[in-house]
Amino acid sequence: MSRRFPILSALIALIGAAFFIVPLIATFNFSLRMKRGELSFEAYRSVFDSDVFLGVLGFSATASLMAILMGVLIVVPTAYWVRLRVPRARPVIEFLSLMPLIIPPVVLVFGYVRLYGSSSILPLTMTEAGTNVLLVIGYVVLSVPYMYRAVDNGMAAIDIATLTEAAESLGASRLRTIVFVIFPNIRSAIVSGAFLTFSISLGEFVITSLLNRPAFGPYLVQMGQDFAYQPAALAIMAFAFTWICMVLMEAFATRKPGQRLLPWRAPRSVTKAKS
Amino acid sequence: MIHTAPPSISQSETVPQATPPTPPRKPARRNLSWLGLVPFLGFALLFLILPVFYLVNGAFQTPDGRYSFETMLSLSAPEIAGSYGLSLKLSFASAAMGTVFGLILGYALLLGGLPSWVRRAFMTFSGVASNFAGVPLAFAFIATLGRLGLVTLVLRDVLGINIYAAGFSLFSFWGLTLTYLYFQLPLMVLMITPALEGLRPEWREAAESLGASRMQYVARVALPLLAPSVLGCFLLLFANAFGTLATIYALTSANYPVVPIVLFQQIRGNVLYNPNLGYALAVGMILIMGLSNTLYFILRRRAERWQK
Repeated sequence: MSRRFPILSALIALIGAAFFIVPLIATFNFSLRMKRGELSFEAYRSVFDSDVFLGVLGFSATASLMAILMGVLIVVPTAYWVRLRVPRARPVIEFLSLMPLIIPPVVLVFGYVRLYGSSSILPLTMTEAGTNVLLVIGYVVLSVPYMYRAVDNGMAAIDIATLTEAAESLGASRLRTIVFVIFPNIRSAIVSGAFLTFSISLGEFVITSLLNRPAFGPYLVQMGQDFAYQPAALAIMAFAFTWICMVLMEAFATRKPGQRLLPWRAPRSVTKAKS
Repeated sequence: MIHTAPPSISQSETVPQATPPTPPRKPARRNLSWLGLVPFLGFALLFLILPVFYLVNGAFQTPDGRYSFETMLSLSAPEIAGSYGLSLKLSFASAAMGTVFGLILGYALLLGGLPSWVRRAFMTFSGVASNFAGVPLAFAFIATLGRLGLVTLVLRDVLGINIYAAGFSLFSFWGLTLTYLYFQLPLMVLMITPALEGLRPEWREAAESLGASRMQYVARVALPLLAPSVLGCFLLLFANAFGTLATIYALTSANYPVVPIVLFQQIRGNVLYNPNLGYALAVGMILIMGLSNTLYFILRRRAERWQK
């Protein structure tokens, strides 16, 4: 093996880095140019000053949190039950959990609009609340592939059968076992899936727009049509938001059960254990 | 208690039964375990299977409710076929570029002898960028390569290259491909990493000790080993691009007639003047997505043979 500096690799990495970073720099620079002749955060101020921004952000955050809650309630007991009792059903459940990756959101919402429209047995889209429910359900469906994977990986890391037997021999009911024994042990896996769900659904456009909800995604598109500099500011904020979600997701996904909640505190407990 | 309960149940059941007692009991007990899956299966049925079934059912009917292949066949009408062609071309171009450049970048990062912090930085960034799609991505590229984008202006004013005069437009085919590349490339880097890590140094050493040059090793050993993974990743990127709607919607104000955009417009206001044609359009999308994803899974299984 040669010891010389890898010129070709470095050049490739440099070009790759340029492709990734130049749009971000350009967008950031663009977002500062709202006031003619000087660089300022005027575009950001104007975004935050608008009541519409806070309104849609609140709506989308609420819908996303509901989707996380609903997703956890559906996925966790199912993944637990599949591993514990019906491992034969695993291929079916896994296929269903991956199906949303094959069905594009625009097709999914098309089915919803028709199936749950005016002439349906369950006319969800006819009322405001019903449409909101359908929106949350849509977000849940979009996030199920990731949520299921995260939770199932979390369960693979702990010995569910033994934990369940231990809980039952102490007299715990099935529900109690899930809530007080299984759930705390896979908490970090759930949180990891939750951050991914949050980053998917907060700015979701297709389902949201076709259900006519006053949420963040359609607002972004409207901003893009009406303004020049605010969209750039919003893009920078969206990138930062995605970054935070991914970092937190990663941090929670790699955390072992029983480890400290704050990832950077972990090494100290490890060294303590060693000494 | 656990030992006594089953016999007492079976006794109480067997006594009044006239039919053979044991066979109906066993499935009944197994069915109870299945009950735990009912919430998930019910959810999937209501919000995944039935909606899709509704569309598939509609795609094989004519507007007056007759079952026929007519609607599906009308997908070959020039306008619809043109949309599919455009979608396939755009997905193919962005997936092919993402695959090739992602493979090169991944190879350089993992096996090119670069310090490990470079690799870690790229991996973290790729995780973020592959999820940075949709409307904000469109905004970022408008601010970069739009008519008044920073890069466009710098190229024009500093280097004297007017890319828009030279025929480039962010809102044309290649502009869209370039925008898609921003999430396709990092996705490829992430997806191909396990396969690249699976290339064992021994194989390279064996090839080198037999006198192979670096190019020969890459062409005769590494690439054939990577081929199933690379092809699989390409299909995944293809499907990823094919289903993308928000980015293109925000970039072109829905004026670029790829299939998802046409379907979006159809849902909004029946622009095709035939509701069943909309269903057929959706079913066509599912078929293409399903096909590329199925092939991806098959290829991934093949590729995993080498990564133990």
